[in-house]
Amino acid sequence: MKFSRSMVLVSNDPDSVRLGAQEVYRRFGEKLLELGLNEEVSLAQITDIGRHDALPLVIIYPEATAYGPVSVKDVDRIVEEHLYKGRIAEELLAPVKELSGRIGWLKTRKGASPMEKKIVTRRVGRIDPESIEDYIAEEGYQALAKALGMERTEIHATLEKAGLQGRGGAGFPTGMKWRFVAGTKSPKKYVVCNADESEPGTFKDRIILEGDPHSIIEAMTIAAYCVGADEGYIYVRGEYQLAQRRLEKAILQAREFGLLGKNILGSNFSFDLHVHSGAGAYVCGEETALLESIEGKRGEPRARPPYPTTHGLWGKPTLINNVETLANVPPIILNGAEWYRSFGTPSSPGTKCYTILGNVNFRGLIEVPMGITLREIINIYGQGMRNGAPFKMAQTGGSSGSIIPASLQDTPMDFESFRKAGVSLGSGALLICDENNCVLDLAITLMKFFQFESCGKCTPCRVGTERALRMLTAISRGEGKLEDLDTLSAIAQEMEYASNCGLGQTAGVPIRDTLKYFRAEVEAHIRLGVCPAGVCEMTPEAEKV
Amino acid sequence: MLQVAQAPHQAGREKDLKQIVETAVEKHGAQADAFIPILLEINREYGYIPAEAIRLARKMLHQPEEHVLVSEGQLYGLASFYHMLHTEKTGRHVVQFCESAPCHVQGGRELWKAIQKTLHLKAGETDPEGRFTLKTVSCLGVCGVGPVMLVDDDMYANVTPGQLADIFAKYE
Repeated sequence: MKFSRSMVLVSNDPDSVRLGAQEVYRRFGEKLLELGLNEEVSLAQITDIGRHDALPLVIIYPEATAYGPVSVKDVDRIVEEHLYKGRIAEELLAPVKELSGRIGWLKTRKGASPMEKKIVTRRVGRIDPESIEDYIAEEGYQALAKALGMERTEIHATLEKAGLQGRGGAGFPTGMKWRFVAGTKSPKKYVVCNADESEPGTFKDRIILEGDPHSIIEAMTIAAYCVGADEGYIYVRGEYQLAQRRLEKAILQAREFGLLGKNILGSNFSFDLHVHSGAGAYVCGEETALLESIEGKRGEPRARPPYPTTHGLWGKPTLINNVETLANVPPIILNGAEWYRSFGTPSSPGTKCYTILGNVNFRGLIEVPMGITLREIINIYGQGMRNGAPFKMAQTGGSSGSIIPASLQDTPMDFESFRKAGVSLGSGALLICDENNCVLDLAITLMKFFQFESCGKCTPCRVGTERALRMLTAISRGEGKLEDLDTLSAIAQEMEYASNCGLGQTAGVPIRDTLKYFRAEVEAHIRLGVCPAGVCEMTPEAEKV
Repeated sequence: MLQVAQAPHQAGREKDLKQIVETAVEKHGAQADAFIPILLEINREYGYIPAEAIRLARKMLHQPEEHVLVSEGQLYGLASFYHMLHTEKTGRHVVQFCESAPCHVQGGRELWKAIQKTLHLKAGETDPEGRFTLKTVSCLGVCGVGPVMLVDDDMYANVTPGQLADIFAKYE
């Protein structure tokens, strides 16, 4: 796919076709050619996106403007106004209607361009991360000063009103978590920052920690004040040496400036922080395993409940938040909940960091408002597929996310819509795969990861990942049987229902998604003995030389 | 090929093990939350964690009067659980290849085959001369420039099979 400045999508479901979508599509092609826009504007047909009141529907990106119902005679006007002159043809817009969560987002976008909106990464690359003066000059520690003058309840109420949800993958409401910990009665409480970012393909937290370490210190201090904690840990994964050094330096500077330690900013509130290094274990990203690891034990997740909010580190109430979640806190405190709600979708306000990876022309980190679609990510931020190969599937949210097929690329990516579509937003990693990748090969890679990282504490995960890996590998060698697919589904379900923690519970997702969206491709390996993408070796282990 | 980070190569093994353990305990203290940092430090300084190091560390850490109770089994349990800690002697250089999906899709599939072929090693093996140990590792968080390979502390990104011979030649 070549890079184009605008994308026109014409709905192509049976209803639209009945109402003349084919003619609309054809006319768009003619008119674009006529005005010489065919090189810079791409035209495509899409299937049902869940809206049936204004068919045929035409969506134009990057503004995400929805026109509908569009008839052949409207096409010229849309092309001339919108694509040639750059103005939105207001009178042809589809009525704003929240028919399903999947299209409601168009309302909040108001036809605005989904420009990158930087909240948590706004200082990254603009300040010297090792200089506290630079940080202070860019609004640094102002939110802390403001928070210390606020009622404690007011702080978590602001976060609840802002609708901030945990950015580590689960999307739990942050303000509620803070309220739970603040409500516990204990003389000793802890605040822990989960910086054990090990979800494959995710490096947003590393960028924040390395580029703006003070923002995490400030957010944790606010959190500690709100919940009544006096000690905190930042658990950074062992591989992130630079982030650890920067954090340690930042903590020393903050202490020197009276922003950490005893009587912060002259108040009677005291708080101090430690940086704790991980030692290479994916499972420690699970919050209770992380606590075990700080306590000097093997990182094996605890049984929950009790939750860390009441029984956390050393058995004391503990607030655990992800790096990106915390980085959202100071701007919310400073600018208010209303301001924060002006970004993203009603059900998922704010921005989200995504890491774009795989077979696209641009790979890297972006921060955009919630509710952007995969199609926009690939074509606008990813600048199209590499070598023009067609998009086949995306793997979202690291290993524990979902494999989603090309047909879901118009689903807005926010917590709510993704939940409805049955996929996981996870940590924000987006691995884009073209048609030269085999879905089975991808599933094997993911399963290998789970099998390698399973802590071994509970049986479904320890045995399930091993069995699933062996079975998938056998299929890729041409030794699979059709009944294996049923066994694999059963294993996936058992792991989901019976495992102790998130690792085991999501380990079956690659299998589930593979069989749900790409069953034919897997069956081809078994029935025909060929790998349609030409990736798998299809030679039995015994016959290999 | 892009060399992202460079650090001094694995420190000499000739260092005195007892001294390494003592320094580590002194630096991190003898409370439970220091166990993993201490083991990390021993691993970094000595290259791996021999049984002797665990015996020495346990002696210094076990302080019933301070309510710090620890057994050798517990410390070995930590050393064998965490992937960054090694309990077996490694080669002079450790090659770690990122096996996660992003690198896999971005050319890692072919690279991994080439690495095994160039070094004549499979995952987890050390060559007879004790020059290289080959390991796989989960995501290193630099996926934007994958496939990624670590040799000791040097990170190589956007690696292609053709570059391997030149990279490995740098390590004796």
